[in-house]
Order: sequence, then structure tokens, then C-alpha cells
Amino acid sequence: MLKADIQLRLGTLDLDAALDAGPGEVVALLGPNGAGKSTFLRAVAGLVRADRASVVLDGVVLEDTAAGVRAPTERRPIGIVFQQHLLFPHLSVLENVAFGLRARHRPDAHAVASAWLERVGLGAYADARPAALSGGEAQRVALARALAVDPRLLLLDEPLSSLDATTRVEVRRELRRHLASFDGARLLVTHDPLEAAALADRLVILEGGRVVQSGPVDEVTRHPRTRFVADLVGVNLLRGRAAGGVIALDGGQQLTALDAGDGDVFAVIHPRSVAIHRTHPEGTPRNVWPGTVRSVDLLGQRARIAVGGSLPIVAEVSASSVRDLDLRERAEVWVSVKAAEVGVYPA
Amino acid sequence: MRSEPIPRPFALLAVLAAALFLLPLAGLLVRFPWAEAVGALTSPEILTAAGLSLVTSLSATALSILLGVPLAMVYARAQFPGLRVVRALTTLPMVLPPVVGGVALLVAFGRRGIVGQFLDSSFGIRIPFTTTAAVLAATFVAMPFLVLTVEAGLRSMDRRYEEAARSLGAGRWMVFRRVTLPLVAPSLYAGAVLCWARALGEFGATITFAGNVPGSTQTLPLAVYLALETRPEAAIALSLVLLLLSLVVLVALRDRYLPTS
Repeated sequence: MLKADIQLRLGTLDLDAALDAGPGEVVALLGPNGAGKSTFLRAVAGLVRADRASVVLDGVVLEDTAAGVRAPTERRPIGIVFQQHLLFPHLSVLENVAFGLRARHRPDAHAVASAWLERVGLGAYADARPAALSGGEAQRVALARALAVDPRLLLLDEPLSSLDATTRVEVRRELRRHLASFDGARLLVTHDPLEAAALADRLVILEGGRVVQSGPVDEVTRHPRTRFVADLVGVNLLRGRAAGGVIALDGGQQLTALDAGDGDVFAVIHPRSVAIHRTHPEGTPRNVWPGTVRSVDLLGQRARIAVGGSLPIVAEVSASSVRDLDLRERAEVWVSVKAAEVGVYPA
Repeated sequence: MRSEPIPRPFALLAVLAAALFLLPLAGLLVRFPWAEAVGALTSPEILTAAGLSLVTSLSATALSILLGVPLAMVYARAQFPGLRVVRALTTLPMVLPPVVGGVALLVAFGRRGIVGQFLDSSFGIRIPFTTTAAVLAATFVAMPFLVLTVEAGLRSMDRRYEEAARSLGAGRWMVFRRVTLPLVAPSLYAGAVLCWARALGEFGATITFAGNVPGSTQTLPLAVYLALETRPEAAIALSLVLLLLSLVVLVALRDRYLPTS
């Protein structure tokens, strides 16, 4: 069980965030570049000195600035998998995996390291130099190296982002398998929502040095609370004040929704629920407004249309409608959304 | 692809410049006393000087590694007021006339020197005109080469490897020994070779601070200089030997100084 609370200023970063990770839980710290994710991880590892920090792992205080306690990195029972594998280039693959065991003066260092290499399927490379490995293989060795010392906390800092797309899928699958067999707490830092969704049980969203949302993956993706998360999930996120089934949006427009409730709310509209017309639509849709097409991105049989205007929104339509409606940049269009398609939850 | 033609005056001056280096080298070869060479090179005083040079230059290199690597570490990583000034002062011997270095050493460690008189009165240690003085003189002029080279290596090394090592439980000493040192090994090697070559060729500071005592401070360069008066053929033979040694050094450091296009 990890409980970490970090506060520090570093350049333009003003980080003040806390999170915990239960035993056997994979927590992903997700956020845009520069949000302070890696700095948070480095502070937990003791690699950067925080202005104020409290790091407690399995009841052991690793750092508590108020009490003047600070274990150096080498005394923390952690394992780190870095973005670039950082295997020592001058040591053999086996010596790399045995490094942490040797630091602990374990007489069985080589035997344990060999067993770990076998587990990640790279026993044949024991005597090779890291330079002889592919990116994916090197990252698997890095994982074995971190796990070989039996850490109580595994920290993964963008472990897949330096790999190419094909390798990433393969290493992610393997990572998932090894993460499942590890019984300590696990903290994954990433800016890739797919990576987070594939590996984590719980998401903690960090933006501008602050935790803006946290919860189980499906809960966060269903109810995004910031533009960043909404963009990640690919939905439109609007904010306003609901009263009597009508939401007064922060931008001044109104949106009609079913079950809108009362008070400050988020409104989520899936791009597929947004219809686009060339003329003012007839019929039942309650939310209709004019706009101008900003961009058209074709994705196979579908297209994402960004519409600007008084209420900017992203729509997803079929490629054939793009042709039929002659949708192109700067085209004047009407947008409609059925009241039943507006998801509402309290802000 | 054909290169641009070089303007004629430039080409002429460039030839002159090259000749300035090549003619003396050619002279050594032309005047090499093939007949007397073996005798001259194996004469007792030359062998003594050669042995002494080997001892002093290697001792100076060892001392430079022992003291210079920590100094390079401080320069590359520490931050304190006055660091830049100290760094500049310890680099000075690279451009200082060696004789000035010898005089400075004498003023510090001579019998009446600020440290020397204390060493003499308290411990009865007198450094000047001993082999120790020759080693100190060589270290004084040669260590900056090692320090600057290792410092550059430390600065360009990826420190995240050290972080990875620490996260695996390695203490400071283990990180230094098993990660930092191997990663800067190429720089350390180059620095040590440069340092050794400079120490081997040391003349000015040695003759000023350590004197010219056969067997204890008369190193090869001093012996060459003296032989020029009495036995020029020995001086020429020795010079060629030292030249070949320098060539070996240059080849050993080829990755650093010879562009590989």
C-alpha cells in the first residue's frame, strides 16, 4: 500500500498532488506533457527532493519532510522501469538483471537473475550486451531488472512510449502479464490513455501539477471532468448550470437535456450523437444551432467534423454524408443534438 | 565530388606551415646515427634517465588519476561560490610557462617555501631536488589534461544511469565504481594517456624545481638536452625514440584527434 503526498516547485512546475495505491492495484498517473507526472514519480522514488513530501509504503515512512525523515533512493524498496530502458551498456544482460541483487550482496544473484531472464523469455541473451537487443527486448530486460530485487512498489515511467507501435502492443501484453503476477503496489506514469486503460485499475488525472480527477477507468472515461480527459476519450465536454431541464452553459448558450437535475453540471455529448445539416433541420431535436466547419478528418468510413461558432463541437459522421452534404472547411452548417443524447452529471 | 580549389596564396602558406613541422622530423630521420644508435641508447646514463622517466611519468599519471578524478567530479557536479575561479586556476598550468610552474613549486615546497619550511622543521621532509620533486613537477603540468578530459566525459554522460543504479539499491560507492567509472572509462583512458605523454615530456618545471641530478631527477628530456652538448648523436637517437612514443600516443587517441571521415 502506497500513500504519497508531494509538493514541490521546479521551474515552471507547481506540483501539489497526493495519491495512494493499494496492494495489487495498478494506478495510472495520466496527464498531458508537463503536468508533473514524472516529477511526482521521481519524488516518490527519492530522485528529486520535494519541498514537502510524505511517502509511506506498507506502513513504513520513507519520507516525511515534517518529521525530517528521508530515505535515500537506494534504501527504498522500489523498482523503476524508465522510459528509455537505461540498461547499463557496459554490462551483459545477465549482469544488468543481477545488478540490484549484487547491491544487496545476494550470493544467489546470478541464479535469480537467470530465472528472471527466462521468465521474460530472454534467457538466450544472458551474455549479450544491451545494444544487441531490440527496443522491446530491452524493455523486458529492464522490467526483469526492476522486479528481480522483489520491490514493494513498482514505478513505471512511460515504459512503452519509446517503442514503435507494433512492439508496443507486444510489450504491453507482456507487461500486463507481469504486472498481474506482482503483488506490491504499482504506479504507472503515462500520457497515453490507451496504455493507461490497458494496464491500470484506477486512473489519477494530473493537470498543471494538480489531481483533477481520479477513479476506476470506466468511471473516469464515462464522466470526464476536464477538457483533457474528454479529448482523450474523444467526447465533447461542456460545463454549465442546470435548472428545470435546461443547462445554461458557461459560454452563454443553452442546452436542453433529459434528467438534467439542478446546479453545476457537466454535459457530455458523444460525437456520434451530433447531427450535421445543410439547412435548419425539421422535427424533434431540441438543441439546434448554426456553425462553420473548421476541419474535416476522414478516418476510414467515418469522419470527424469540428464545427466552430457560438457552441464549438466535434461531430462524427459517415464518410458518405461528408460527400452528400459537401462538408468542407468554412462550410456553413446546422448542428443538432437530441435532448436524450446529452449525458449530464454533477460537476 | 571535386572540392573547391584553394586560393594560391593560401596553398603556399599551408605548404610552409606543414614544412615547419615536417622538415625537423625529416632532419631527425636523415641525421639518425644508425651506426652508433644502439650504443648511444643503451649507455648507462641514458638507461638510467629512461628508467627514471618511466617511473616519474607513471607515478605522476597515477597521482593525477587518484586526485584528478575526484577533482573532475567536483568540477562537473558540485556548485559552490568560487568554483569557477578555482577551476580556472587549476587549469592554468596548461598554458603557464613550465619554468614559472617550477618557480612556484619551489616557493611553495622549497626548503624556505610556505609549506616546505613546515615540512622540513616538523617532519624533516625536504622535497626539492628529489625524485618526489620530479613527480610533483610532472603532476603539476600534466594533471590538468586529465581533469579537463574526465570532466568533459562526466558532463556528457547520461546521469539517469546512475539514477537507475540507485533505484536498484546501489549506494554511492557502488554507483561510482560500477556505473559512473565504466561509463566515463573512454574519457579517463584518453585523459590518462594525454597526462602521461605530457608528464614524460616535462622539462621546465622539473629542471627548476627538481634540478638535474642523474639517477634521481634527470629525466629523459633533461638527458637529451645535456647530451646535445657532449654527444649529439645520442640526443638525436633519443629524440627519435621519444618522437615514436608520441606517435604511438597519437594513434592510441586517434578517435579523439584524427577525424575519421
